[in-house]
Amino acid sequence: MAISSPPFAPIDNPFDPPRLSDTTPLLRADGLVKRYGRIAAVDDVSLDVYAGEVVGIVGESGSGKSSVLRLLNLEELPNAGTYTLDLPDYTGVNLFALDRFARREVTARQIGIVYQNPHLGLRMRYTSSGNVAERLLVTGERAYATLRQAARESLSASEFPLNRMDDPPRVLSGGMQQRVQLAKAIALRPRILLLDEPTTGLDVSVQAAVLDTLKRLQRELRLAMVLVSHDLGVIRTLADRVLVMRGGRVIERGLTDQVLDDPQHAYTQQLVHAKL
Amino acid sequence: MTILLDVHGYTKHFTVHHLGRNIPTFSEVSFTLREGEFLLVRGQNGAGKSTLLRCLYRTYLPTSGAALYHSHLGSVDLARAADVDIALLRRHEIGFVTQFLRPRPRVSALEWVAEPLLTDGMAYNQAREFAEAMLSDFGIKRDLWGAYPSTFSGGEQQRVNVARALILPRRLLLLDEPTASLDASARAALTRRLTALKAQGVTLIGIFHYPDEIRSLVDSEIDLQSEALPDVAD
Repeated sequence: MAISSPPFAPIDNPFDPPRLSDTTPLLRADGLVKRYGRIAAVDDVSLDVYAGEVVGIVGESGSGKSSVLRLLNLEELPNAGTYTLDLPDYTGVNLFALDRFARREVTARQIGIVYQNPHLGLRMRYTSSGNVAERLLVTGERAYATLRQAARESLSASEFPLNRMDDPPRVLSGGMQQRVQLAKAIALRPRILLLDEPTTGLDVSVQAAVLDTLKRLQRELRLAMVLVSHDLGVIRTLADRVLVMRGGRVIERGLTDQVLDDPQHAYTQQLVHAKL
Repeated sequence: MTILLDVHGYTKHFTVHHLGRNIPTFSEVSFTLREGEFLLVRGQNGAGKSTLLRCLYRTYLPTSGAALYHSHLGSVDLARAADVDIALLRRHEIGFVTQFLRPRPRVSALEWVAEPLLTDGMAYNQAREFAEAMLSDFGIKRDLWGAYPSTFSGGEQQRVNVARALILPRRLLLLDEPTASLDASARAALTRRLTALKAQGVTLIGIFHYPDEIRSLVDSEIDLQSEALPDVAD
């Protein structure tokens, strides 16, 4: 029997709609399209994330996974699609349709992000505590003692050594830089945390410790997390569900163990078996 | 007793794209389980025993058939239920006990066993107490509780694995050779635990290396050899 699926055609599992989980998803993105010139980097991507849930996005370089994250962080606007958060002031509001200032307000208060490259998320020459406290300035907080206390709490929650809180990120190790990014991301207690290859490039032991911190924070703060990684081990450790992207499209989605242990799409089977 | 699980015509084939082949495992499996019943799954190596359990837990997607599960929140077909519903059932009602420990690095045995309770919302100190009780039940020495399970012997790892898997109350437990690398005393501890769970009304489906030790708990058996097609179709 010849079995092959067209390389970019998605697998569409005929699952029932949710019946037991009666809450609406915290984050819902629908029909996202992002073109750069003639290339569709993101081509009709939809995802739902419930509170307290981690959704992973895997795929090779250029699959569009980081572009999806930039859209969810409102760093860019899509050519098509809607994005809603089930939060008191935002019910039914398409975040892409908000003006620049309102978008900034949402990202500052409700969405935290950790980038693979700490230069994207941090001012490398400011103090680490200042980097975290900066997040609170958006809310109008100006009292030095309050800012410092908030920075201390967030750095402590992300298991950063407090005796180094006034060192600038540029003199810190990669693992500690990621902890400063994480502290900054959670400083305003957002409901959404976006992670773009958060542990890529770190030593294996440092990576394990950072993953453990992420797991604990996700549980304690009931964050909805979207985790982009090409590292299937990281995805297996953290993600409840996973989307597999290729050529800007989601070609397969499912529970993390199901997608990794019983992948349906020919491409996902290759991806999973390519792991060392 | 009320019916908890009704499996009908459950079948699994693996499609391996780069080989261009279908690999059949079990086929047309049907059974009904009431609350508190214990189903023993038998069959030779390769008959698809583990595959059947994984298809019920949805680690594998069944090819056809239905598994109607009557949860406290409503009834769903485990073969077709939404991912988020399966994730919810895994957090609250359906547990899986494997024969392998897959610890995260840098997580102590105590934290590893307590984690399902913390995820379920229990306060840290209480979760810690429960986890300590489980670890001592399964004969893990106190001085190992703070150590990383990846450094443990195979038997100790499996005790930690079983302790974690059984710490949350479940309505349905899937047991995939949980005794495979346990010594006699740990197997006895597991049998005691399973006896208590069954008495509480927990429903169990299990594959056992030494079925004699749990024979008295078994209400029904299913033999996959007689169910599955033995030849590999192409």
